[in-house]
Amino acid sequence: MLFVTGKGGVGKTTFASALASFAASIGKKTLIVEMDDKGALARSLATTELQFAAREVSPNLFAMSMNTEDSLREYIRLFVKNPLVNTFGPLAKILDFVANAAPGVKEILAVGKLCWEVREHNYDIVIVDAEATGHIVAQVDAPAILSGLVQVGVIREQTKWMQEMLHDKATTGVVIVATPEEMPVLETMQLLDTLHNTTNVGVSAVVANRVHDDVVQGGDVAVFNSLWQAVQSNAVPSDAVEALRAPMQLLNVATQRRQNEVGNLEQLVARSREGGVMFMSLMDIDAHDHDVVTSMTQVLKDELQ
Amino acid sequence: MKSLRTVLETGRLVVVTGSGGVGKTTMSAALGAFAASQYNRRVLVLTVDPARRLADALGLESFGNAVVEIESSALTRNGTPPAGRMFAAMIDTKASWDELIARCAPNTDVRDKVLSNKLYRNLTERFVHSHDYIAMERLFEAQQSNDYDLVIVDTPPSRNALDVLDAPKRMKEFFGSRLLKLLTTQAQSRLFSLAAKPFFLVADRILGARFLTDITEFFTLFRTMEEGFVKRANEVEAVLKQQDTSFMVVTTLESAPLHEAEFLIDALRERGFSLNTVIANRVTSKELIEQAQDALAKLEASVQDPSFVQAVVKATEAVEPTAGQISRVVSTISRKSAEAVRKGELEHITLEALRKRSSDSQAELCICAISGAEIARATALVALGESVHPA
Ligand SMILES: Nc1ncnc2c1ncn2[C@@H]1O[C@H](COP(=O)(O)OP(=O)(O)OP(=O)(O)O)[C@@H](O)[C@H]1O
Ligand SMILES: [Mg+2]
Repeated sequence: MLFVTGKGGVGKTTFASALASFAASIGKKTLIVEMDDKGALARSLATTELQFAAREVSPNLFAMSMNTEDSLREYIRLFVKNPLVNTFGPLAKILDFVANAAPGVKEILAVGKLCWEVREHNYDIVIVDAEATGHIVAQVDAPAILSGLVQVGVIREQTKWMQEMLHDKATTGVVIVATPEEMPVLETMQLLDTLHNTTNVGVSAVVANRVHDDVVQGGDVAVFNSLWQAVQSNAVPSDAVEALRAPMQLLNVATQRRQNEVGNLEQLVARSREGGVMFMSLMDIDAHDHDVVTSMTQVLKDELQ
Repeated sequence: MKSLRTVLETGRLVVVTGSGGVGKTTMSAALGAFAASQYNRRVLVLTVDPARRLADALGLESFGNAVVEIESSALTRNGTPPAGRMFAAMIDTKASWDELIARCAPNTDVRDKVLSNKLYRNLTERFVHSHDYIAMERLFEAQQSNDYDLVIVDTPPSRNALDVLDAPKRMKEFFGSRLLKLLTTQAQSRLFSLAAKPFFLVADRILGARFLTDITEFFTLFRTMEEGFVKRANEVEAVLKQQDTSFMVVTTLESAPLHEAEFLIDALRERGFSLNTVIANRVTSKELIEQAQDALAKLEASVQDPSFVQAVVKATEAVEPTAGQISRVVSTISRKSAEAVRKGELEHITLEALRKRSSDSQAELCICAISGAEIARATALVALGESVHPA
């Protein structure tokens, strides 16, 4: 079970979709789960709206959208075995109660569903398009957090096996996606620390997404820089230098951005020793979300197979 | 519609909205720095999580709620000392909640009980969008104090950018909710309430009775603060609708943030907030695009000239380039800048549409040009703020 997280907008849904498509393509029965109900996953997979009940959207690839109310319904059916439930009026009311008033319950209902699928061996792999960096710990470590607050009750009994599953690094891992910009990298490093220091949840991979190409490479860099200096200082004026000025000014944004990227990536690589960092380049930005997923799936095939 | 300069010169409160990653925080700081340097005003910039470099540039070392004054030397513009003063502070949700509880609690006993409640931290982290509520709270505090003439707030990244504005309303709803009433009804009368009985039976079964008692205790305490919270929420809402409060939408010209911006423009207007400014950030200068286009035409005509190659060799003689390197570098420059020109042109078509959209909503569209440089000093912020101009 892999939880794909990262700062907002960095490409969590895209990467999770690509990873799931890759897994399905090598014959693994795969479940991908959207946790935030934004509908972005359906777009990425080029399919219609997803429901709580998983649907096979392409061979071997099952997709669902998490919904706490449905999850609670299922949970009660499976674990509470209380005949009252059937006569119980609007479920939304209990949901209001459990989900909003009791800390961690909403998370455990969602994560509980995921753990259940894993425990029942319904799939070979479960990929979760999870919460953003700020909330992922509350999500992935919900059973541990809740067991500290609840002393008895059905939930308490259930937290133990879930906790074991989530803390078993051979079963569960977090994948952190970052773009090579200052804030996403910083958040990633903070999350690596938090996961390491306050939880027993393992990190499976760090992905640097939307990495730009170098403007020039290798030995050409020195020539490019020297030319840029000449253009700026205008020490040796000529028509050639004149003609290169505006184009080089235009490229300057890209070269400086790339320089910052390289610095940020170095920090990220230095920090995520185990497993290292996987690079995903910036695809055609005008493409549809699903096309980006397709390109990314291809990169995964090339890299991982 | 008020121009951006008028807003900065006469406004009391500017709320900066937009999707994550568009440069909201930088823009808030830059406009604040510019306003402080240009006008005789005390400007406070309230920000959620500034990038380390930006925090350094502002001298924000302590990650707490404390307000820091930016040194006036840092705000000097073209050798002229600033006309006003600039302050900056970060919003620390945890500390702010504690302060809020302390203020709203009817007595110290309730305050201490709440602050030491095991569920308190967990709850405030989650319910009624606590980050959003706190941002609104801090904004109100600052705006009410007579320490500042202009307050600029950078809104926290939310799933929905409007959540932050709805936070006070949601807080009021929470206090009025049946859920809270149900929870805080005396255990005894619960037994007699037929409607609530199955509810508590199931809840007891799932969560355990002890947990339920803990929660009930907490909310009973919390309810004693209702008056303070509701009064506060009403005041915050009123301030947001005030005449001298101005909203700003920041976006880049990429499709996702742009969508969000369009949504915000409509939504703000529908809700009756006064949106005066839309800022298109990281825009490639039109002038530069045109210059590059002209230059590229010339370049194409002359790359094969021996004199052209000679001039390039001369310009780069310090690094002794080979002929192969020269031709590769020059062709890379022309290919990649041609690509940039094409993208830039598309950007300006998008910009035109955004301009129309903004003026339809009585807002001024302003542009902030893209720069590869990083903001390392507050002076760079002043210059950046000054560079923001009407489209
Ligand atoms: N490597 C890439 N190259 C080009 N475009 C990309 C790349 N990765 C993601 N994108 C695009 O960036 C946008 C945001 O990606 P995505 O929706 O996956 O982010 P997210 O982290 O799930 O966002 P949120 O936090 O809102 O859930 C999408 O339009 C996607 O197509
Ligand atoms: Mg997503």
